[in-house]
Amino acid sequence: MPVEVRLPTMLRSQAGGESTVTIEGKTIGEVLRALIARHPGMAGQVLNADGSLHRFVNVYVNDDDVRYLSSLDTPVKDGDQVSILPAVAGGATS
Amino acid sequence: MAFITIAVVLRLPFDVYEEMLAHCLTSLPEEGCGLLAGDALTSEVKRCYRTRNVAASAKLYTVDPLEHLRADRDAESNGLEIIGVFHSHTHTDAYPSPTDLAQAPDPGWHYVIISLRDVEPVTRSFTIREGSPQEEPVVF
Repeated sequence: MPVEVRLPTMLRSQAGGESTVTIEGKTIGEVLRALIARHPGMAGQVLNADGSLHRFVNVYVNDDDVRYLSSLDTPVKDGDQVSILPAVAGGATS
Repeated sequence: MAFITIAVVLRLPFDVYEEMLAHCLTSLPEEGCGLLAGDALTSEVKRCYRTRNVAASAKLYTVDPLEHLRADRDAESNGLEIIGVFHSHTHTDAYPSPTDLAQAPDPGWHYVIISLRDVEPVTRSFTIREGSPQEEPVVF
């Protein structure tokens, strides 16, 4: 089923400058893998080599962080909006 | 991947800067943080989004992810996009730390650091590509 995926600015160049793309999938994992299959330049920025979610990326289904749902197994349905955002962090540390 | 370094100037309206500074001051003793929305092509900030530092630390910041999502949507609905992030250093220079460099997500973003170490705040802006900072002038 098609879902809209909103891309962060850092990934848009890999998608021809588009801020949103429509991807088929029944789970977040299927959607993200299909996204990377269509735009291979995103590999490594969204998923790790072992297929897990990159720790510097937050993924939402509508308003819900998938890490607090079923992560990559979180189901999506027609009309859901998936958002990918970078985790924004840092600090002086010393 | 190689990047072409393009000299840019961050255009930051003073009223927006005052809001950023006030947020950082009221966040003391923890680091304050927020997002900058504007025009990516002109590097002009139009507004800031004050966000919660979920790290709740004087040495680290993490922008509240859900507030980031809401800011991103709000900016888009107003014809803007998130073009950077600001945060305070409470006891160190306004210069990216190793943590700042390692966790900079977007080479196109502007990373504004407000140092509150001295009586007068010091504000500097950088772009960060592949862990390397490039300072850019800030025009208020």
